Amino acid sequence: MQIISEVREPLVTGGKTIKDVTNDIARHVENQPTRLWFICMAISILFLGVGGYFVGDLAWNGIGRWGLNKTVQWAWDITNFVWWVGIGHAGTLISAILLLFRQKWRTSINRAAEAMTIFAVICAAFWPIIHMGRPWVGAYWVLPLPNTFGSLWVNFNSPLLWDVFAISTYFSVSLVFWYVGLIPDFATIRDRATSAASRFFYGILSFGWTGSAKDWMHYEAVSLILAGLSTPLVLSVHTIVSFDFATSVIPGWHTTIFPPYFVAGAIFSGFAMVLTLMLVVRKVYRLENYITIEHIEMMNIIIIVTGSIVGIAYTTEFFIAWYSGVEYEQYAFINRATGPYWWAYWAMMTCNVISPQLFWIKKIRTSIVWTFFLSIVVNIGMWFERFVIIVTSLHRDYLPSSWVYFTPTIHDIMSYLFTFGLFFFLFFLFAKFFPVVNMAEVKAILKDSNSKVYRARRTLVDEPLPQLEEKTTVAAK
Amino acid sequence: MAMEKDKHYLIGVFSDHDDLLHGIEDMRAKGVKIYEVYSPYPVHGLEHALGYKRSWMPRAAFAFGALGTTLAITMQVYMMAIDWPMIIGGKSYLAVPDFVPVSFEMTVLLAAFGMVGTFLVVRDLKPYKVPRIFDIRATDDKHIVAVDLAANSLSEEQITALFKEAHAEEVYRRDFEEDDKSTSFISYAVDLFTNGVTRSSRIPTHR
Repeated sequence: MQIISEVREPLVTGGKTIKDVTNDIARHVENQPTRLWFICMAISILFLGVGGYFVGDLAWNGIGRWGLNKTVQWAWDITNFVWWVGIGHAGTLISAILLLFRQKWRTSINRAAEAMTIFAVICAAFWPIIHMGRPWVGAYWVLPLPNTFGSLWVNFNSPLLWDVFAISTYFSVSLVFWYVGLIPDFATIRDRATSAASRFFYGILSFGWTGSAKDWMHYEAVSLILAGLSTPLVLSVHTIVSFDFATSVIPGWHTTIFPPYFVAGAIFSGFAMVLTLMLVVRKVYRLENYITIEHIEMMNIIIIVTGSIVGIAYTTEFFIAWYSGVEYEQYAFINRATGPYWWAYWAMMTCNVISPQLFWIKKIRTSIVWTFFLSIVVNIGMWFERFVIIVTSLHRDYLPSSWVYFTPTIHDIMSYLFTFGLFFFLFFLFAKFFPVVNMAEVKAILKDSNSKVYRARRTLVDEPLPQLEEKTTVAAK
Repeated sequence: MAMEKDKHYLIGVFSDHDDLLHGIEDMRAKGVKIYEVYSPYPVHGLEHALGYKRSWMPRAAFAFGALGTTLAITMQVYMMAIDWPMIIGGKSYLAVPDFVPVSFEMTVLLAAFGMVGTFLVVRDLKPYKVPRIFDIRATDDKHIVAVDLAANSLSEEQITALFKEAHAEEVYRRDFEEDDKSTSFISYAVDLFTNGVTRSSRIPTHR
């Protein structure tokens, strides 16, 4: 019952019916996990355990275990924080901004991308919390709660406090948005379940959803408003993250271009991570008909756009440093490109500015192998971007006697590994027990442009429109 | 405790949502009162076809959002300028531009949570809800139209004929014992505790 437009490729291929959608997606929740899943889970838990040992050591002995010193007080910790938050942005972009723009191709990927957002934000939040040194009191001090010091309140003039509000709001609103979308799909799984235990658990998770027209009406209004709220929210989050740097007076950080530049970078790295994950999920779960080459191409196009914005931002920064006439600013940038961290700068430039330009070639942006490879390159590049901004701006401060070269210790490396373990542990749990594709939304787009068909039919008095029922596809490209 | 099944519904099953929309409009025009329609995905125009008023969730979101803004501004002004005024970075106590980010975040936070909370409460969606499921295929691939026979003056045969006319694939009757009323957490928990997961009557069962 799929209507195929003459000018556009269908979003879901393979002539899938609504029943097929339920079967294809719910099957993975109902079946026993595969051996591959167990292997992936074991590796994640290994990372989590080994990294967890070092994280425990950090909590016990203090963050002096990291390679930080008096000149470079921020390094991998904040790099990883910004990197993980940035990755999260793609999920919200797909689920909220693309919903507002009525980009229907988002329906096959939004569930997994939102899950990625939530897990990435958890990994991001880990860094400032562990950086507090004593997280058990630090987590309390960042909140505006009455205390015995007078009450001495938190400082609302500080971008670090804005970040507390931004990240926690972002996490909780994304979680709610994701869960609201999951409710109808949990009901589908509940109604297919054969064992009492899964009827019980998915019964709880589905909140007694029946799919009544009134529920759907409110549900759609709620989704739209949540999308409308999440859109400025996601832009504000990375803007505020960039304020952590931009409102300071450190040369290399004190830049007005930071907010849009960080947001573009976040979407850039987030889409790369979505591609990395989705290409694996697509292969393992055989979702080739849902996540088509067209989906991959669309995401690669977003990567070209945001990658080019990032490239322009790098150039603009350099230009403005020169044009400002401030010698400290000029030195900071020359030092980035030619100083002791030149390798990090050029790794960033190659991975972020040059490599995504390969996607201009259609063969490359429609190739799964190339896309997978370049998505990892982009993620490496975006990690280096944050590292370059943070460490190269700090390591040569105002007194040449305190100039240092930052080197990570095993604790830096292993606590980063810990967040990878955490991220993939959560993601594999999600991929097994939750429907990885939003079934209800995909079902809704199977018979596309229904309102138009409906109106047309009404005027033609029940005469089906022959050209819309046609199954032939004329290749437009 | 065999109760008398005194709630009688006529169920029409549709596969195609355009048939469903036409069918509902035609049936309502012919005086059939429709109890509710259950769909696996949102069908655009269905709320109009059923004559529902527009969702008022946007208004709930606005009200909670306004509450969030007010709370955030009050909190920041009180803490920074009234309770313990301090000069930070040479700024005035009431550094209004600095209060924008937190005010915005709290607006979004309260709007989102308030609206979703309202939605769940108003539609009675909760973890211990035991829904009345007319037809299990409503969450899979069929649109299920339920007509309450007691609420209609037309006879069962007449409504069945109208369903057929509207291209319903299947028309059948279902009877229930009681009204579709809200389950309490206590009764849900007690039943689960005494009967366990496998024999609990509070776990949704299938036809």
